Amino acid sequence: MANVFLSLTLLAYYGASALCIAYFLAQRESFCRLGAMVLAVGLVCHTAALALVTWNLGRLPVATLGESLLVFSWTLVAAFLLLFWRFPIRVLGALAAPLAALMVSGGLILPAGKGNVSPLLKNFWVLLHVGLTFMGVAALTLAGLGGLFYLVQERQIKKKRFGFFYRRLPSLEKLDALNYWCLSMGFPLLTVGMVIGSLYAQYTLGRFFSFDPKEILTLIAWMIYAVLLHERLTVGWRGRRAAILALCGMGVLIITFVGAGLWLGGYHSFASFSRQP
Amino acid sequence: MNLLLAGVNHQTAGVELREKLCALLPEAEVSYPLLLSYPEISEVLFYTTCNRVEVLCVTEALAEAQATLSAFFARHPAVTPGALADSLYLHQDQEAVRHLFRVAASLDALVMGEPQILGQVKKAFRLATEHQATGAILNRLLHKTFTVAKRVRTETGIGDHAVSVSYAAVALGKKIFGDLKAKNVLLLGAGEMAELALEHLQSQGVGSIVIANRTLERGLRLAERFGGEAVSLEELESQLLNADVLLSSTGSESYLLTREQVKAVMRRRRQRPLFMIDIGVPRDLEPGINDLDNVYLYNIDDLKEVVDENRERRREAAVQAERLVAAETLKFMDWLKTLSVYPTIISLREKAQAICQAELKKTLGHLGPLTPEQEQALLVMTEAITNKLLHDPIIFLKGNHHRQRGEAELALVRRLFNLEEVNREEPPDKDQA
Repeated sequence: MANVFLSLTLLAYYGASALCIAYFLAQRESFCRLGAMVLAVGLVCHTAALALVTWNLGRLPVATLGESLLVFSWTLVAAFLLLFWRFPIRVLGALAAPLAALMVSGGLILPAGKGNVSPLLKNFWVLLHVGLTFMGVAALTLAGLGGLFYLVQERQIKKKRFGFFYRRLPSLEKLDALNYWCLSMGFPLLTVGMVIGSLYAQYTLGRFFSFDPKEILTLIAWMIYAVLLHERLTVGWRGRRAAILALCGMGVLIITFVGAGLWLGGYHSFASFSRQP
Repeated sequence: MNLLLAGVNHQTAGVELREKLCALLPEAEVSYPLLLSYPEISEVLFYTTCNRVEVLCVTEALAEAQATLSAFFARHPAVTPGALADSLYLHQDQEAVRHLFRVAASLDALVMGEPQILGQVKKAFRLATEHQATGAILNRLLHKTFTVAKRVRTETGIGDHAVSVSYAAVALGKKIFGDLKAKNVLLLGAGEMAELALEHLQSQGVGSIVIANRTLERGLRLAERFGGEAVSLEELESQLLNADVLLSSTGSESYLLTREQVKAVMRRRRQRPLFMIDIGVPRDLEPGINDLDNVYLYNIDDLKEVVDENRERRREAAVQAERLVAAETLKFMDWLKTLSVYPTIISLREKAQAICQAELKKTLGHLGPLTPEQEQALLVMTEAITNKLLHDPIIFLKGNHHRQRGEAELALVRRLFNLEEVNREEPPDKDQA
């Protein structure tokens, strides 16, 4: 049953991607609205699928990279739709929707989990830790994608070359405001998620910080965002620098999520979730 | 039935002549009854804008209508016939349709692609319909015109790009700030160029306007006009703290602002974006300023380049638009030609029916008494024969209509069936719509 919902989700996300890219190319308002609607339908299916899987497993399905991608793409789409509703930067869909579609594809292709995970991980606090962290990372990913747009648009205006992107991308101020909005949403979520994880580790393993690769990398990303937020609020860093830092942060988060989860080992890696920590 | 368009535009006539001809066509209440009082004119529409004065009419007598309209434009006492003859153009049928399409699509405009003209034509058409000056043909033509103009706009994107320096500056400002509402403008120098650009910026609803000028008096005068504040050039750096858009057009020989100065100001501004437009020659602002983060400096050449590029884009779009107009013109002419075959078809049918009736009457006289059923059967048979005989000629008239040969073929059909003595009828849907 969950697989039926996931297939529908995948279909909807690819459809929405096509519509969002068509909007980007042709700049027809109707494509964009339709794209958001299809994406919302996809999100409903996605929610149903994740709810079913969680019910069956008795835990959030985040023990393998594939499972995590399914959950993360859910938070990304949810964050995007929230953003779309509150803060309409329409062209962002042309990046966010295909990204979500690819992640769901990855989640379906990658091998499923081996089944049993430690009972320590079947806990409300772990759920909260993962949930909040993912939501934070989703918002920060959107900040990074917005940053990419900002850099492209800024370059066109600075170099006085007005091409394909100049006409299609929104104004610099809007893109910069997106950066700030996503940062001020994502950063606290990420922080709270990390603190909860750390406290739970202290409670169960007896230490706050284990120098696990994923922990170290996440801390680096957190520090990048902390610097960005601090500079934004004190000296008014914005524009290009903010966009570059948001992209750097996103890069570190991707390495953390994919690289550290698969290859670097440590008790946060996907391989270790099936074993006793 | 023919279409005739007479008028002058900015290319053929100077503004004095256009003004005078414009005076011949005052309010619609006066002009339409006057134009409709000419017997040759069956439907009419006129529009006058700052760049053109044109009258479009449908007529059954082309030569007379041409003379009438020429005379109409020559009525103004201060217009010499020589000047008018050089300026006035008379377009018929296909040319008239094409001209109207081009006008509405803004291909015949002073600044190609500017959208106001379509609204003006629409308004003129509304006035004409209110005064019952248009009929089936002009109604259809004008509706087609609006569709063509809209297609040109959306399919070629001809109006998408700003083609004046001030518009280009405003368009750029929008890409930096989103919109210019409540953005503060600082003006350096109070020249004419600055005034023009300021007018554009003000129409975008900018916030405060501060004018810094060497002579405070001139600055004050301009400030009064735009509801701004005048300051002296010494306060430049402190004023720069509040400004979002800086427009400079002084005659200064040296740079008024250097990179270092702006860099320091940006720190104090907490990096709020600053859009600087330097239209002074020689330049007022050091070019290196553009390398600073969150500062966007455009000088007059940069803006001109934008404008030139956009002009070029419009020219390319215009080629596409002309093709679209040509195709739509032919389509409309096809429709118009099908109108012209209806009188022939009607007379053909009438002639056949008359022959049928006459022959039937003769035959019934010879046959003696018949039952009503038998009479009915004879009637049906004769009608079936004529209808079947006429079927192919009518299909030929309606369908095989060739653009050039059409007239000749129509004449041939009329000669073949000897229809000339029958009076031509009005087109069937003349008073619909």
